[in-house]
Amino acid sequence: MSVTLVKERYASKVGEVVLGATPEQGGTRTATVTVGGDSALPFLHFEGQMPNRPVIAMEVTDIVPAWQELITRQIGDVLNDPAAWAKKCVDEFGADLIFLKFDGADPEGENRSPEDCARIVREVLAAVGVPLIVEGCDDPAKNNEVMTAIAEAAAGENLLIGFAEQDNYKSIVAAAMVHKHTLIARSPLDINICKQLNILINEMGLPLNKIIIDPTVAGLGFGIEYVYSIMERARLGALANDKMLSMPMICNIGSEANRCKEAYVSAEEYPGWGDLADRSVLWEAVTASGVLQVGASILVMRNPAAVRLVRKNIADLMSE
Amino acid sequence: MLIIGERINGMFTDIGDALRNKDPKPLQYWAVKQEEGGAHYLDVNSGPAIPTEERVAAYEWMVKVIQEVSELPLVLDSTNYNAIEAGLKVCKRPAIINSCPVEQVKIERVFPMAIQYNAGLIGLTMDKQGIPKDAENRVAFAMELVAAADEYGLQMEDLFIDPLILPVNVAQEHAPEVLESLRQVKMLANPAPRTVLGLSNVSQKAQDRSLINRTFLAMAISSGLDAAIMNANDDELVDVAATCQILLNRSIYADSYLKVFRAR
Repeated sequence: MSVTLVKERYASKVGEVVLGATPEQGGTRTATVTVGGDSALPFLHFEGQMPNRPVIAMEVTDIVPAWQELITRQIGDVLNDPAAWAKKCVDEFGADLIFLKFDGADPEGENRSPEDCARIVREVLAAVGVPLIVEGCDDPAKNNEVMTAIAEAAAGENLLIGFAEQDNYKSIVAAAMVHKHTLIARSPLDINICKQLNILINEMGLPLNKIIIDPTVAGLGFGIEYVYSIMERARLGALANDKMLSMPMICNIGSEANRCKEAYVSAEEYPGWGDLADRSVLWEAVTASGVLQVGASILVMRNPAAVRLVRKNIADLMSE
Repeated sequence: MLIIGERINGMFTDIGDALRNKDPKPLQYWAVKQEEGGAHYLDVNSGPAIPTEERVAAYEWMVKVIQEVSELPLVLDSTNYNAIEAGLKVCKRPAIINSCPVEQVKIERVFPMAIQYNAGLIGLTMDKQGIPKDAENRVAFAMELVAAADEYGLQMEDLFIDPLILPVNVAQEHAPEVLESLRQVKMLANPAPRTVLGLSNVSQKAQDRSLINRTFLAMAISSGLDAAIMNANDDELVDVAATCQILLNRSIYADSYLKVFRAR
């Protein structure tokens, strides 16, 4: 009795998005990073192509972050110097991209000026050759100011800038268009808003291959199944030729996984949970490997030990 | 849901005149206009405007002039299979043959032609005796078409079963039988054959044609309709097709879903 391998035939594929720009392309990156292009469900190499492996962006903040010591100890004495920190992520931890987050711009916090933020972006651009992902702070009005300044200061670098939301997308879309950057479209765990936001952004004139979907990931144990099923549905939509859901997806793993109590509470406090050193790394790594199974293209991560594990996971999944 | 624009048909005066005068403009006008309306395919029918002996040349000409202005694939609509074949030879994209009834001689001519030209095929649930009244006999004819597809190696997705809707004012009892046929045709094979209707027939010579058309379209889609030869420029009708996609969870909802349906 012979067995016929069942292969799904899909009508379309995920769009490819290029991040960064080399000197010939008007930037200063040593190489660009291409994500997306999948023509099958994740890692099903037997029925489609997965031309670009998922990539890992490591998180760097403009102010010394209040992260747990297990992570900060690995990063060491560069925490107060974004350029040096970024360089260490690339050189020592093997980051494919740098995710630069301006928590210091928050008006409730340090209230760093847009000009100051733009200066730091330039310093990081000078320190590393990989493409950059840049997000401002969580205050929408301030974020618009900061990101406009950054987009202008880094014109031509094809940054991935974030983020556009349904209630606040126009000024950042304009900044991305004028200064030739790629844009993160973030929706609150809602595929209908996700699709509508992409339509609205595209209607302003930003091409579909300049948009990355951020479906708003949740950490392991705290609602990851919601984002898991949404991402799966978006991927199936892309393969069925839904152009407004065919963008690659970015998942902010580091911040979400490390917000979970299981990722930072000691074994003394919760003996049943076992050793924190292992648990903490695995909480972030398992969150990341979970969303890899539903089509994450860019993983934003924090813990260098978790990055090592997930990089191995990606390499294994990509070997046919 | 595939929309097949019905307008390029010699039964309409402007197209009939264009065919007689060899004037490509009306055909090209309707090709572009139907595409703008939301058509995925364009039906091409010379109607009675062209004498039988000139049909072969006419279909070749029609396909060529339409393809000058539109990228849409075509549905070649004729009972003259030599004319359809002439059209298929110049089609740039895989076309659909419209149509083949359950008659052995025609099946033997048309199914191999569909395979040869990588075309889809519309199969009518009727034979020489005409259109059956009830769903049971329609489905029996559909089964024969499915068997023919199997025999000749036509992919089931390339077979479009048309259970033949008739005007509601003179053949009212047919409409529910057609809906039942659509439901049952979907159970004949796995993967199932696709289904199609000449939608506008349902409202021939009736009042409020557009209302009847769009109501029946929604009912038919819900019963398993995959494609309709219809008025692609009836905006409310196209809106209904788009809304059915959403309500059957075939396309993911977004506030601009009507616009997205037309943009594809």
